Amino acid sequence: MRRRIGIDVGGTNTDAVLLEESIVKAAVKTPTTADVTTGITRALAALVEQAPAARDAQAAMIGTTHFTNAVVQRRDLGRVAAVRIGLPSGASLPPFVDWPEDLADLVRGEVVMLEGGHEFDGRPLVPFDGKGMRAAARRIRAAGIRSVAIAAVFSPLNASGEEEAAAIVREECPDVAVTLSHRLGRIGLLERENAALLNACLIELARKTTRAFTEALRASGIAAPLYLTQNDGTVMLAEVAEEYPVYSFASGPTNSMRGAAFLSKRDEALVIDVGGTTTDIGSLRHGFPREANNVVEIGGVRTLFRMPDLLSLGLGGGTLVTPEPALTIGPASVGYRLTEQALVFGGDVLTVTDVAVAAGLIDLGDRKRVASLPAALVAEALARIRAMIEEGVDRMKTDAGDAPLIAVGGGSFLVPPRLAGVSEVLNVPHQAVANAVGAAIAQVSGEVDQIFQDLTRDEAITRARRAAEDKAVAAGADRATLNVVEVEDLPLAYLPGNSLRTRVRVVGEIAR
Amino acid sequence: MRPVAAEELESLAIGAWILGTGGGGSPYLALLNMRQLYRQGVVCRLMDASELADDDLVAVVSNMGAPLVGQERLTDPKTMALAVTMMEEYLGRKFRAVMSLEIGGGNSIQPFMAAAMLDLPVIDGDCMGRAFPEAQMTSFAIHDLRMYPLTLADVRDNAVVVARAASWKWMERISRKACVEVGSIASTCKAPRTGKEIKECAILGSTTKAIGIGRAVQAARRAHRDPIDAVLEVEAGIKIFSGKIHDIARRTTEGFLRGTATIEGLDQFRGHTFSLAFQNEFAVGWLDGLPRVMTPDLICVLDTVSGDAIGTETLRYGQRVTVIALPAPPILLTPKGIEHVGPRAFGYDLDFRSVFA
Repeated sequence: MRRRIGIDVGGTNTDAVLLEESIVKAAVKTPTTADVTTGITRALAALVEQAPAARDAQAAMIGTTHFTNAVVQRRDLGRVAAVRIGLPSGASLPPFVDWPEDLADLVRGEVVMLEGGHEFDGRPLVPFDGKGMRAAARRIRAAGIRSVAIAAVFSPLNASGEEEAAAIVREECPDVAVTLSHRLGRIGLLERENAALLNACLIELARKTTRAFTEALRASGIAAPLYLTQNDGTVMLAEVAEEYPVYSFASGPTNSMRGAAFLSKRDEALVIDVGGTTTDIGSLRHGFPREANNVVEIGGVRTLFRMPDLLSLGLGGGTLVTPEPALTIGPASVGYRLTEQALVFGGDVLTVTDVAVAAGLIDLGDRKRVASLPAALVAEALARIRAMIEEGVDRMKTDAGDAPLIAVGGGSFLVPPRLAGVSEVLNVPHQAVANAVGAAIAQVSGEVDQIFQDLTRDEAITRARRAAEDKAVAAGADRATLNVVEVEDLPLAYLPGNSLRTRVRVVGEIAR
Repeated sequence: MRPVAAEELESLAIGAWILGTGGGGSPYLALLNMRQLYRQGVVCRLMDASELADDDLVAVVSNMGAPLVGQERLTDPKTMALAVTMMEEYLGRKFRAVMSLEIGGGNSIQPFMAAAMLDLPVIDGDCMGRAFPEAQMTSFAIHDLRMYPLTLADVRDNAVVVARAASWKWMERISRKACVEVGSIASTCKAPRTGKEIKECAILGSTTKAIGIGRAVQAARRAHRDPIDAVLEVEAGIKIFSGKIHDIARRTTEGFLRGTATIEGLDQFRGHTFSLAFQNEFAVGWLDGLPRVMTPDLICVLDTVSGDAIGTETLRYGQRVTVIALPAPPILLTPKGIEHVGPRAFGYDLDFRSVFA
């Protein structure tokens, strides 16, 4: 019997589920705590109480927004030595150049720029300055910096510069954590370097947090290995994942969407996740969220992370409804204070939840307290909510035909059963804990984004696929179960021959 | 001559990206360079062409290459300046000012980078009034000015002087080859221009125009007004279409990014389809199968909400976009201009008809 525990640590709630094969055996929702681990311990205790078999789970997966929050809130960040390999190119734009001042001041330790790097076709730009690296490594050690981020020009195409530099750093500073940019990102030096720097400043926090997660698991009597879920809906073993905290930045919404796919048994659909403050709409392709191509800012830093392409609307259960002078919905919300401030809970603020209770969409709190709301107001508010959802759904659709829509999240009662442009609205059991379910079912992935020259499109894709498969296996996947989930190719202007930028992503089951 | 404030460069980056008509490369990295230089106390000067003496020499500069390579080999002011000083050495004469080759995209800011290093003013103007993919698509080529010499500098110690070329097309072929050899990114100083040539043949005032467009977008955003309306107002543009990208096909031929984007109409355009052909920049747009807008009229695709320009390389499925047309500089609309940059120059057998006619 395959048993997995999925945990989602959100801003408001920590959810946990036990999955046996493909059946949700137990599900709990507990408040998130400031130290995170207490919340997890409580959730696990409640889960074990509901289903003692949880102790025999073979794997436990945690999704968390802990690391994103650390960057956004500027706390628990370590100082980083930035090593850029690519001189003489890029000399005028050193590492941290486009960071917000306050964050750069916290994170910036030593900044080292060295000769090296490659061309777009993999030729060396200039020889790598190994001597300079050794001298810099000694300075880094002397400065007492514990984490180093290394980024070389065109390292996604040829990683040898970053690898050589890492070897020297490890020789000179054996206890220092090393983040290599080519492991994290795609073409786009500044954005990839930023990802490496963010990763490096979070690495100590990640190690500490991951170990605390493991302790919480063990304290709950669960011996299963721990995995952390990533932005793309796959997992890494905790001991690997703790080296790549930036990979978990967007794991919350991703887990919701993956859970929605699993619970509804649909691989191609739109997903709407209605929470307390916001609604996220995304699109599933082959059971995974479609990813955004554009630049993503985290705490004011430009990156190119693999993030789900989401549309966020200011609509949730706690969203304010203002009847006068003209009816408006949101964008402000009472958030986690819903259970004190909403009319049905004895408060004096008219929220979307009150409207839903008045309309009989859900039974919550004291229904009598909204009996006096004018029917016309309720009808108009619902019509407005419908219009917001229809507009958002239309925006996320990738073709003109009607598409199915899976509703998840605590506020899914707000999604009308029939919507323009939607073939059917799917409400599924356990929709409120879809995120924890998404964590429990996560697989392992590998991705390659590279420029190929003078190959046919098919040859280039085949080559990229093989490289992606090798990466997935290295990350813990079973080769026999690997599937291609994404292929993208973009011919490049002004490059000679037939230059094709090819991106391939494969996923597979955890090798056991 | 007047100093250029740091905020004006921010506006310039936004406006120039819109004038890029889908090409020209994002101005972001060039803007970052300028922020660095201004932090160090640099203040660039913008010069009106009327202040030039007829025999002054002006350096026309651009960063040449593949935008994607530019994302790894980041542009820098020193290399940009090197192309200019090489030209001075080759000519044995000093430049009075620098000017942009194309105001659309990243090359709008490149002359400021060179100017900052060389302490020269930047001429308010360019020779495209937008972005175009090839060297012969300039007002100087339309005026049959001499196309050589050209200097090309690499960030390493590589430098090339193209002393002569038989035609603008030959200049394009030879310099492109050299550019590819050094890694598909290089700083170039085009054929030097006299003050007289600038005054008579350049597209003057385009720097100020780009700054104005950017400023209008910023002001609209601050006031929560529609930034696209603001662009249309300030430039007397026309809204051509608005909708959602439905399909996008790209292919690289002869070193260019060619393709077509199909947009499904929304709001007032619901039920209509718009298709847009591009060769690095947007070239022709068809409404329900009939030609609606074509080069050299500026065809700009903007994010419907933010008003940010969208490049042909970053167009993608599902984006909500608005297509607008802005008037082309008059020189591009002359019969000779249409020969160089009209629809037939991009392989479309269409007679040019301006949406502003």
